[in-house]
Amino acid sequence: MKNNLGREIFEQVKPFASSDAFNQESRRLIAKKTTEESVVFLKSIEEAFDLLKIKNGMTISFHHHLRNGDKVINLVAETLKKRGIKDITIAASSLFPNNAPLVDLIKDQTITGIVTNYINGPIAKAIGEGYLKNPLIMDTHGGRARAIESGDLKIDIAFIATPAVDRLGNGSGKFGPSACGTIGYVIPDLMYAKKVVLMTDYMTEHIVEPELASEYVDYVVMIDKIGDSEGIVSGTTKVTRDPVGRKIARDTVRVLDALHLIKDGFSMQTGAGGVSLAVVEYVKNIMIQSEIKARFASGGITGQYVDMLENNLVDTLYDVQCFDLKAARSYRENRRHIAISASEYGNPFEIKPIVNDLDFVILGATEVDLDFNVNVTTDSLGQIIGGSGGHSDTAHGAKVTMIVTNLLKARLPIIKEKVTCVTTPGEDIDIIVTERGIAINPLRTDLIDTLSKTKLPIVTIEDLMKTAHHIAGVPNHYELSHQPIGYVRYRDGSIIDTLYKIK
Amino acid sequence: MHRSYLFIPGNHPAMLQNADIFGADAIIFDLEDAVSINEKDSARQLIKAFFETLQKPKFSIYVRINGLNSSLGSIDLNMVMNEIVEGIVLPKATVSDIKMLSKLLDTFENARRIKKKTVIIPIIETAKAVFEIGQIAQLPRVSALLLGAEDLTGDMEIERTKQGIEIEYPRAKIAFACKAFEIEAIDTPFTDVTDDEGLEKDALHAKSLGMNAKCAIHPNQIEIINKTFTPTMVAIDEALRIVKADEEAQKVHRGVFSLNGKMVDKPVVDRAKKLLIKAKHFGMVEDIDEK
Repeated sequence: MKNNLGREIFEQVKPFASSDAFNQESRRLIAKKTTEESVVFLKSIEEAFDLLKIKNGMTISFHHHLRNGDKVINLVAETLKKRGIKDITIAASSLFPNNAPLVDLIKDQTITGIVTNYINGPIAKAIGEGYLKNPLIMDTHGGRARAIESGDLKIDIAFIATPAVDRLGNGSGKFGPSACGTIGYVIPDLMYAKKVVLMTDYMTEHIVEPELASEYVDYVVMIDKIGDSEGIVSGTTKVTRDPVGRKIARDTVRVLDALHLIKDGFSMQTGAGGVSLAVVEYVKNIMIQSEIKARFASGGITGQYVDMLENNLVDTLYDVQCFDLKAARSYRENRRHIAISASEYGNPFEIKPIVNDLDFVILGATEVDLDFNVNVTTDSLGQIIGGSGGHSDTAHGAKVTMIVTNLLKARLPIIKEKVTCVTTPGEDIDIIVTERGIAINPLRTDLIDTLSKTKLPIVTIEDLMKTAHHIAGVPNHYELSHQPIGYVRYRDGSIIDTLYKIK
Repeated sequence: MHRSYLFIPGNHPAMLQNADIFGADAIIFDLEDAVSINEKDSARQLIKAFFETLQKPKFSIYVRINGLNSSLGSIDLNMVMNEIVEGIVLPKATVSDIKMLSKLLDTFENARRIKKKTVIIPIIETAKAVFEIGQIAQLPRVSALLLGAEDLTGDMEIERTKQGIEIEYPRAKIAFACKAFEIEAIDTPFTDVTDDEGLEKDALHAKSLGMNAKCAIHPNQIEIINKTFTPTMVAIDEALRIVKADEEAQKVHRGVFSLNGKMVDKPVVDRAKKLLIKAKHFGMVEDIDEK
């Protein structure tokens, strides 16, 4: 069966139709959980396993706010293994290389299913090699919230790494030795999982305005260490010095300027990569020169945005995850640094998700095709190297979505006739900025009208591909295997593409 | 007319490939100091192949060859001489070296039927060259003088500082000589590639002495150099007002007039006209017209 983008998908799934097809549907909500009894405090994970009666076939969820420093996922996995429990589905908002111990559990079928928004490292490799029994499901950040609240993703137990817990069982990411800042991605798990366990290494008397309200919490388990907060650092954290990256960043800002998007009261989101940081740096300079103040910046928040908040260049930060410790500190100290949940961030069925209020978003790509479809899930051989995260959510919500990418990476053209895997549909991608030209989606005639009157190097996406081919030659076609190992689920729950076993 | 000259090592394929995206007005493909003796051959071949595939470059192409005091310099010329090459950058130049290079260029141009006259940019990086600046600037084919402060201060056995007081004299002397003989004065590179503020300060100082371009040793320096040596919009607006007021004054046969309380005479008008020529060359006047 093929979906509307012409991608082969599994039979008996909902095929992707368009990025705004969800407007024809109504929001589905299962009942929120409530705990009638007070929170039970436990001394070990073993105790929790005994009380929770964890058994074969359950779905267990985790968040990824401690990113590559998380220790809770591995601890729970180790306990599953020790107890001989099988056929577990892991619903983690993301999985990182430090979760490598899960590979053995995938191979011995302790873990048979994974639902996640982003995955790289050894687990991604093992799944690519076909070791995961059930199909991998790759969601978006907003889509995961939708899946949980609608019951499409039913969570039996949520193990929530919680940097601080008070005596009533409220939790927070602000305090403690493993403070990671906001913990927005776990809010749907908290509210809809059948059982909720806060895993913590720091107890405090009382938390004012906790992100995790005790009314949803069943158990608190005190452990030695939930993670290493240094591991939360995402991206490079440094503005790129690569001259090609800087050229792309400069041209991106020229586009933003030409479209008059940098004006009083604007809103933006960028990533944590070196080019994105350079874009923010250039935008910041324009804001200072022209005395412009932004209304808000959102998404994963970096120290760079914290500087802008503290220098009054931006009014509010809407933070779903902190990308560095400076952001975590700011969230703790600054009332204008506001935590949001995954749903408030990008759930398509939320009434006003933050992504819908963005004037522009700057995103990356591993591949872009002539229909402007973007792949950030696999490399060109089909190996999983990431996932949407908030890519598809922000691309749909923002008024202008820009992709910044080198035209060639390691001599490989990034513009292709067809991407290896569609993560974000081309209808939501407006502008591609490369070092050798800027392509505008023909659907955005308004942008073409404005930008064609400037001196910016505007070209067609076909021209960009030809330029890449002229420099590096036409790459040989690589045929993926025909053995599906999973699928990419668009934010509305439809299936946008299939993932295949690596040859 | 150039603002920026970017050195690219001849043995660096990735940088050659991206030469057209850095925004430099001119690129100097280097076969001398940036290329070790073991890599000279491969660098020459790489540059040769690159020139043969380059289509309609948006920048002027120069090659820094090795000095003519060994056979390396002439081997370089033999490999890279091509219609696409605007000029040869000659290290440790002296009057006699430049004359020798000019003769070699005559030979190559005739043999390869290169129609245009390949220019020479001598690098002033010895005390002797500083002494000969006046002569060098007048030699045929010489289109610019480039100050090489690192080698020059080495030759002088003096400390090279970020402030650059030690190169004040050669900077000024080059600027005057170039102005006198209507060629470009190219300032020495700023070697701390991570110090953007220092680069801007250094470039502004060179400009204030009369230099009209500056070398870069990293692509990230180009943006600041181009900005420094491009007339500002404020200066362009002022120049436009002066030229317009002059046109009105000419109609009533007045050589001197007042504009915004300041006296304007011929030198002021000439300066404004020169600035507008430069602004037009760098596409700035069109911007004003569009507004």
